[in-house]
Amino acid sequence: MKSAIVHVHRGGPLLALVGNPNCGKTALFNRLTGSHQKVANYAGVTVERKEGKLVTAAGKALRVLDLPGTYSLHPRSPDEKVTCDVLSGHAEGEKRPDLVVCVVDATNLRRNLRLVLAVKRLGLPCVVALNMSDLAARSGIRVDAAALSAALGVPVVNTVAVDADGAAALLDLLDQPGIWRRTARAGNGTPPAGTIEADHETVRRILQGLALDQAIPRLASDRIDRVVLHPLAGPPLLAVILFLIFQAVFAWAETPMNWIEAATGWLGGAVASLLPHGWLQSLVVDGVIAGAGGVIVFLPQIVILFFFILVLEESGYLPRAAFLLDRLMGGVGLSGRSFIPLLSSFACAIPGIMAARTITNPRDRLVTIMITPMMTCSARLPVYALLIGAFVPQRKIWAGLELQGVVLFCLYLAGIVGALLVAWLLKRLTARKLMHPLMMELPAYHWPRLRNIAIGLWQRVMIFMKRVGGIILALTVLLWFLASFPAPPAGAAGAPIEYSFAGMAGRALAVLFEPIGFNWQISIALVPGLAAREIVVSALGTVYALSANGNAAAATLAPLIAHSWSLATALSLLAWFVFAPQCLATLATVKRETGGWTMPLVMAGYLFALAYLASFITYRLALAAGWG
Amino acid sequence: MTTLTLDRLADFQACTVTGVAPPASAPEWHDWLEEIGFIPGERAMVMARALPGGDPLVVRVGASTFALRRVEATCVRVTLDGGSA
Repeated sequence: MKSAIVHVHRGGPLLALVGNPNCGKTALFNRLTGSHQKVANYAGVTVERKEGKLVTAAGKALRVLDLPGTYSLHPRSPDEKVTCDVLSGHAEGEKRPDLVVCVVDATNLRRNLRLVLAVKRLGLPCVVALNMSDLAARSGIRVDAAALSAALGVPVVNTVAVDADGAAALLDLLDQPGIWRRTARAGNGTPPAGTIEADHETVRRILQGLALDQAIPRLASDRIDRVVLHPLAGPPLLAVILFLIFQAVFAWAETPMNWIEAATGWLGGAVASLLPHGWLQSLVVDGVIAGAGGVIVFLPQIVILFFFILVLEESGYLPRAAFLLDRLMGGVGLSGRSFIPLLSSFACAIPGIMAARTITNPRDRLVTIMITPMMTCSARLPVYALLIGAFVPQRKIWAGLELQGVVLFCLYLAGIVGALLVAWLLKRLTARKLMHPLMMELPAYHWPRLRNIAIGLWQRVMIFMKRVGGIILALTVLLWFLASFPAPPAGAAGAPIEYSFAGMAGRALAVLFEPIGFNWQISIALVPGLAAREIVVSALGTVYALSANGNAAAATLAPLIAHSWSLATALSLLAWFVFAPQCLATLATVKRETGGWTMPLVMAGYLFALAYLASFITYRLALAAGWG
Repeated sequence: MTTLTLDRLADFQACTVTGVAPPASAPEWHDWLEEIGFIPGERAMVMARALPGGDPLVVRVGASTFALRRVEATCVRVTLDGGSA
């Protein structure tokens, strides 16, 4: 795949931020560039590329690049390789930086300074930003910036990325013309003579000279970790946190989701009254507005979910959660890092698949992407709600538990178990004897900063909206076309959709679906449901010739299907929806993230097979139980 | 005398790293572990272990904390601090 190379903020000298993971590099980037940021991908790889714009006090316009965090210039993941390639000038479509700002964590100079030495050898003009210098000072560590500068041979300034004027010293430095000059001493051709041990020795000498060779005890973080990482207390705490996030995602999002639905309905009505009755009105109202609205409606859930994920990420809890879950995930051949993508997928698989970028191991990343659609996304909820409401009696079973709620929980569980089984199978097939490392840093805890969270949230929302604007909209319009043409002949008795291409396809599919108990009405509804799963509800409404749509359709539809379907058919359809890959937007996202059509096709194929198998077994068992 | 490795230490037992011996199947672990701080002379200790099976481990090395799988921790050779070793 060739992704377009995006050059934002053309012109101006290029400044690159380099540093260890968790050194506060991105916070400093946010401080320097504010909201003037553009998130894209590096050419040919799905590594996030963040570029921003900065104007110094002297009026110098600079481009700032936030390079992925790395421990060394020997890359071990696609992210780290990008950093090395950009710094050495080998990155496709990237200019070699004019100045490198090495961001170092002042509370952990020993590990951070080794990278500075490696960067210095590259021969690029280089300055050091001693970040988190406030935290270091609070721990009783005073770093003499001038002495460190003399020892390293590059300018050193103190920064506190989380303070409003915390980057002032760095900004002043950028206005000095001298720092942009390349030193003649270290040329490009210098071989990387220093080994890790030699660099370590140099750093040790420097720190000894500054009387900084004692490690800072991390008392506060260690106290929190005694509870959070406790083998018995830690996992329940994680479970409670996840439960609260889920509650929030579904409870808080309900009101804004209703607003969006109402706004979509109102807009559709308003446009319908403006346009003449006919295909154009149908395209705009039923295709574009209803289609985009059907996806945008998940935005509140995605915003809330990402808010919590960003808070956990900023505070430092997220790698701890990955640590706690590593054993469980390791049992099926994944690592704790797969946990966040899978968690995100409960709102929508699309942000989940995008979040898989943080997984360094390519195999783990691919397996994680392949199983995300089995996490019950919220688009399945309207379908579950309809079927459960129509077929599962409302009664208390045990200790006040609602039978309907228990069924819903089982459906969620079935998806998770299915995903773990697939991952386990893939482990048996592809990863025998393969050891992939964890080696994951658990940074000190920090209070999350609202500003950083707001910027992160904004970027993710924009990525999601762009996706809605592009491929999702195009697919919705295509499906609208298939469901609307050709028009029914004059005096036709059934619903118009029966005579359309989608109807024909549904009729043909009915032969395939007959063994799992689906009638032709269901088969037809599954075709427009390819755009987004919940559309199946309104499509069923259309097939059963109801004029209402959305919630209204569900209300009138429930008694109708309760009357005309057998329980076995309903259970079979529920089983189908646990696995069915009926979301073209997800497949399009997988294509984008994996760089080809192979993986989305494999995904669609295996999920279809799994859904068919699950439905077949469910239907046959239900028939045997006499529920036909 | 068998070499003492990080995974065999009791929690909070202070030790000093003496070297990294990666498995034959993953020689690159040597550099990776050194890059994150497991360099001869660096102080380390195990901070916590996950249940069940004590895998992975939380390890303090220098001023940083890392989660390591047990197979990774077995590569790190150490000597006890303040002891006869």
